[in-house]
Amino acid sequence: MQGNSQSRISLPKSDSLKKKYWTGSRKETLLGWLFIAPETIGIVVLGAFPLLFSLYLSFTDWDLVSGLKGINYVGFDNYIQLFQESKFYITLKNNLLYTAATVPLSIIIALVIAVVIHSVLYFKGYFKVVFFIPYIATTVAVAAVFSVLFHPSQGVINNLLMSFGIMDPPKWLGSTDFALWSIIIIAVWQVIGYNVVIYLAGLTAIPDDLYEAAEIDGANKWKQFTRITVPMLGTTTFFLTITSVINSFKVFDLVAFLTGGGPRNATNVLVYYLYEEGFQKFRMGYAATLSWVLFIVIGIITLLTVRMQRNQY
Amino acid sequence: MAQLKISKIIVTLLMGLLSLVFLSPLLWMLSAASKIEKDVMKFPVQWIPTDWNLINNFQTVWYGKVPFGHYYMNSIKIALITTALTLVFSSMAGFSFAKMKFRYKNVVFFMLLTFFMIPAESTLVPRYVLIKWLGLYNTHAALIVMTAFSIPLTFLMRQFMLGINQEFIEAGKIDGAGLFRIYWQIVLPMAKPILATAGILKFMWSWNDYQNPLIFLVDSKLYTVPLGIQSFQGMYSTSYAAIMMAAVSAILPLLLVFIILQKQVIKGIAVGGVKG
Repeated sequence: MQGNSQSRISLPKSDSLKKKYWTGSRKETLLGWLFIAPETIGIVVLGAFPLLFSLYLSFTDWDLVSGLKGINYVGFDNYIQLFQESKFYITLKNNLLYTAATVPLSIIIALVIAVVIHSVLYFKGYFKVVFFIPYIATTVAVAAVFSVLFHPSQGVINNLLMSFGIMDPPKWLGSTDFALWSIIIIAVWQVIGYNVVIYLAGLTAIPDDLYEAAEIDGANKWKQFTRITVPMLGTTTFFLTITSVINSFKVFDLVAFLTGGGPRNATNVLVYYLYEEGFQKFRMGYAATLSWVLFIVIGIITLLTVRMQRNQY
Repeated sequence: MAQLKISKIIVTLLMGLLSLVFLSPLLWMLSAASKIEKDVMKFPVQWIPTDWNLINNFQTVWYGKVPFGHYYMNSIKIALITTALTLVFSSMAGFSFAKMKFRYKNVVFFMLLTFFMIPAESTLVPRYVLIKWLGLYNTHAALIVMTAFSIPLTFLMRQFMLGINQEFIEAGKIDGAGLFRIYWQIVLPMAKPILATAGILKFMWSWNDYQNPLIFLVDSKLYTVPLGIQSFQGMYSTSYAAIMMAAVSAILPLLLVFIILQKQVIKGIAVGGVKG
């Protein structure tokens, strides 16, 4: 409102008498729309529209090769097939295990590191940077490094385990029991620094007098941590949990580069399964179905966590 | 007091040790990249190589059978163009959302907030169809078009620009400047810190992107660095020293930029909580 009156004042008097069509507020409306247009159009064309298009495709048997004429409506066939496919349940189970492991591990370890950095350390700047480095490192390059470190017979990790007396160390990426865990280890290692930075920002917002008061009341450090730090970081933890859970359902790079979903689907996850169906077998209709299942799974989890958070307060 | 300081020093030393263990995979990568092949897998690890082979490994990667330098240029080109476009689009939208007044603005903003929940992975199939239909399949333009729009960075811009005092904008209007000039000559210079933060983040995401190039590029001439590492590992599967050199080449430039501009990056992450 302020803006409109100001810009009217700046117009020459003769113009305002003629009641120009392009008044300040009309101009501002036009420019406002023009300014948001590129971003909004981009998001609609490349985000919202494709989501609806994939909903349509999920009810067809399209295989790409047969062209647009090959699109046949098949009703819920894809969905029925998906829920009967054992591979879908395998990828879902793997994905849930990946989520259940990476989310708490990366959050708890990061919380401890952040609290130590925040409260008791010299060289805070150095530690912040060091723990953040894996996060900016190219995932594929990191994966290449770990694939050598995890080498079953010659790798550093197994040599280390054997020097500790573990004579039969796991075969890591080559073993059906440990491949997914190898990927979990790499993923947690990479994301901890991000969580630490977010936690450090949350920690600076906790007023010092809380700790001083607790100190006077005779609360020890552990009590201060559990009674002040953890509850005061509630919103931060909530934010990290949601984003981590959502991201855990998008895991792709490590799987695609390191294992290709193997051995025997031991590391196959939802997005990789989608990739296999859509871009290796070109079953576009089926892959679109998976896209929507993924979208709904992520949507439900987001809503559930938001609901849980609300009930808590 | 003196005792307190000693415990602080001890904790710092312990954390220092832990941070080295934490970084050990990357330190190992650096040392392996400078070794001769038969020393790479030696145990206990030779952290400082006895036989230096840095130059040879460098040549294998950069002047060998895989045109790594070419992939590098591709990645730089794509990341720079994407970053520039993203900065333009997101700062324009951010400015409009923060400082302009027009009807339905909040509706559009809420719409973007909702679209933010759409995972990019859910739209891979239709985007593939769309890109093919546009004739952009197997081009760098496909990657640029698909990643030039960023909702989180738009939010970050808006957040920052909300903090710019309205009086600067009113003063510009009184001086007879149009809104575009106000955006270009008043707001953008003031927004330099956030532009730097968003720029680095975007460059990083673009550089590290693996999924989009994997799906939308087939011609190996168009490959980016992550795909380059993949084909490198395929071709030199047992030359670990060379593979580590390729990994170092991918990580190092980004790492240097980060170390120089760490404050901007960390602030951006901490304030906006933005994530690729």
